[in-house]
Amino acid sequence: MCLLEIQGLTHRFGGLCAVSDFNIKVTEGELLGVIGPNGAGKTTLFNLITGVYRASEGAVLFRGSDLVGRAPHEIVKLGVARTFQNIRLFKELSVLDNVRVADGVHAGYGAMDALLQLPRFRREESSGRERSMQLLERFQLDEYANTQARHLPYGLQRRLELARALATRPKLLLLDEPAAGLNVGEVDRLMDLLREVREEFRPTIILIEHSMRFVMRMCERLKVLDFGTTIAEGTPEAIRSDPKVLEAYLGEETPR
Amino acid sequence: MSTPKLHAPSHRHRKGMLPALLAGGLAASYLLPYFGVLSPYVQLILISVGVNIILTSSLNLVNGYMGEFSVGHAGFMAVGAYGAAVLSVNVLPYGAAAPWLFPLAIVAGGLAAALLGCVVALLSFKTRGDYLAIVTLAFLMIVKSTLENLDVVGGARGFLGIEKLTTLPWVVAWSVATIWVIRNLVHSRYGRDIQAVRDDEIAANQTGVDTRRAKVLAFSVSSFFAGVAGGLLAHHLQFINPRMFDIAKSTDMLVMVYLGGIGSLGGSILGATIYTLLLEALRPLGAFRMMLMPLMLVLLMLFRPRGIMGMREFSWLLPACDRDAREAAASDVDKDGKA
Amino acid sequence: MLYVLQQTLNALQLGSIYALIALGYTLVYSILRMINFAHGDIFMVGGFVCFAAATYLQLPFAVTLLLAMGCTAILGAGLERLAYRPLRDAPRVSAVITALGCGIFLEHFVLWLSPYPQHVPALLQNQTWSLGGLSVSSIQTAIVAIAVALMLVLDFIVQRTMLGLAMRGISMDMKAVALMGVPVDLVISSTFAFGAALGGAAGVLYSLAYPVVDPYMGVLMGWKAFIAAVLGGIGHIRGAVLGGFLLGAVEILVTAFLPSTYRDLTVFTLLLMLLIVRPHGILGRPTLQKV
Repeated sequence: MCLLEIQGLTHRFGGLCAVSDFNIKVTEGELLGVIGPNGAGKTTLFNLITGVYRASEGAVLFRGSDLVGRAPHEIVKLGVARTFQNIRLFKELSVLDNVRVADGVHAGYGAMDALLQLPRFRREESSGRERSMQLLERFQLDEYANTQARHLPYGLQRRLELARALATRPKLLLLDEPAAGLNVGEVDRLMDLLREVREEFRPTIILIEHSMRFVMRMCERLKVLDFGTTIAEGTPEAIRSDPKVLEAYLGEETPR
Repeated sequence: MSTPKLHAPSHRHRKGMLPALLAGGLAASYLLPYFGVLSPYVQLILISVGVNIILTSSLNLVNGYMGEFSVGHAGFMAVGAYGAAVLSVNVLPYGAAAPWLFPLAIVAGGLAAALLGCVVALLSFKTRGDYLAIVTLAFLMIVKSTLENLDVVGGARGFLGIEKLTTLPWVVAWSVATIWVIRNLVHSRYGRDIQAVRDDEIAANQTGVDTRRAKVLAFSVSSFFAGVAGGLLAHHLQFINPRMFDIAKSTDMLVMVYLGGIGSLGGSILGATIYTLLLEALRPLGAFRMMLMPLMLVLLMLFRPRGIMGMREFSWLLPACDRDAREAAASDVDKDGKA
Repeated sequence: MLYVLQQTLNALQLGSIYALIALGYTLVYSILRMINFAHGDIFMVGGFVCFAAATYLQLPFAVTLLLAMGCTAILGAGLERLAYRPLRDAPRVSAVITALGCGIFLEHFVLWLSPYPQHVPALLQNQTWSLGGLSVSSIQTAIVAIAVALMLVLDFIVQRTMLGLAMRGISMDMKAVALMGVPVDLVISSTFAFGAALGGAAGVLYSLAYPVVDPYMGVLMGWKAFIAAVLGGIGHIRGAVLGGFLLGAVEILVTAFLPSTYRDLTVFTLLLMLLIVRPHGILGRPTLQKV
């Protein structure tokens, strides 16, 4: 079943066309990789899906409804979550509260319940806390639950960002260079973790990555962007030998 | 992780601590003056401590928990003071006869301030940081000059003839209400949203936080209580004028917030109390007092840039489930230390 | 027509004082991203040094001006060294609060020295020339001329000297500039000194025009000059000058048509409206949030 369908998505910054005529269909449960040189428009694509920018043209159909023009927090509520290329945690909040902010998207109490400490507030708060704690345990972050996020080592910060994204209970998960800054061993562990996440939470994933090893092993399908346009699409094996892709990455080839 | 069970009994008797403290304080504030134990002078100081606690903890919501730099808190206070005073003097001039009219006037003043708080929150959608600081400053100056030009409320000369309705029990009750409401707000998803906006607005929005709602909530609750404090002050001094609510007043509140520590209600209580008492205690020093206070503030910032409490909180101000977690964590550390 | 010209002169006089103070805010802001809330009080100290020099030492005007600028420069650099530098890596707001504290301290220190407002003796002989009905006073001319001269000197320093280059570099990336071997602390100190000296000069010019100084005179002047800096786009040197003159013009315009009590109301309402339309000032560019 098709979860996400993007039709003719185009975005311009002033005169620069960051993304132009992007089309894709993502089926439920798929793991799609988006690769391309720096400045190819990959992150802009994520920003367009999640509502940071409003697309100049085109439509982002998520489970049949168009996301273009919706506020970012509504899009999250509909089931799209993301992580960031340069980690963006709530630095002063505890590790647990980072996850609880995300979990709060689905909390079923209002401001009055909170101000008057009504039973519904207490019930929802403690179950939300429980859920967040379980998620932290799942990601082996529970021992840091009360630590401020800014004190977490880099690798764990990446993991916490993933946990936070999952706490919003996404159907579509957008990962922006999840392996950036990790060493080989950490990347291997991340791949294992991602496989487990797919088993347990069953999100559809689109991921941007520069690490070829990572992409080749993880993704079923790849989409290659350069200067905002799609230059290739297909299985990792097909992409690996695509002359256009090689050109984009390595520059003009010597005479063929 | 079996420790929480071990600790359970100790929480149970602690759980009632906050309400007990409140009831005790309220009873004491009512009974002690009645039996002549508290001199009028001490009562006076306690009233200003209470008003400052309301101002400081409400300003902390915007400046500490939300991380903005509002310098307009005195403006909200002015709106509350004039609103409540006009209501109790001109509209309901029998405040003393019907005791419920006084809280009504105070609440109305608070609501007027909250309304303006919403307007400032709308402006905060577009600007943040230093520019929002200017917006709040401009707002404060506009309120002050508007009041100076409004002859209905006495213009620059001030507003006279307000009945003395503020008593120590009222101030204690309102301070407690302020702390209770802000504490409940801060330790709910709304409060976490507000803090997430402080740490990273875009990431918050991308994590499902309605950042606009968070801003409106923070500004309106914060300004509501600033208005309440203004109303209490007006009915305490029985006289208000626009000059009382100038930048210096806002600066005073900023000093108390950052002295106590941002993002901590306990810090606000401490900051307001210490600042008010110290100003009073140093009175014999005359002109030196006014030099000593800023000097101490600068020294505090140099050695403790995050204020006295600095993002920490007294455990009795935390909600029960977080309190358990913290004690469990603390006992884990203990165990590790011993092992 | 004559009336308009006369008011333009008044606006220039007031505007040049605002602009000088605003430059101090903008200089510091552009390199440290910090609002130096003690700056208005440095302006006040400049006024008091001028008062002391003129009353007790009876120095000539030029010496008085230089003395005031020297004293405030030392004060500005001293504040930076003692109070702000240790906080450079602390939360930004701690530095702002420290600046507020320093300002209050200066006010009360001066209040302790001189509990009453003081009258500044005439520093320059005031002559009034009549140009076809338009009366131009020598004081007015001197204020505008000195202010403009100082602005030109500052512009030269920032745009044409190595020091200015280092300042501009720091404003873009302090860490990178430090790695290039630029003595960052020295450059920051001199920036504070320049800004403070301009504020001190403004204090002298102010007491030339309105010869009464009091310890609190820097509060409202400081905030208004800060607004001038924001109007122009804080961090932009030319924006500060533009904002200063604009603010002077608006204030004079308002007092010409409305009772003077409406001056602040109008000025701040205009400021608010401008910030709604252009949240980053006239010359300021919005900083793009990268995601």
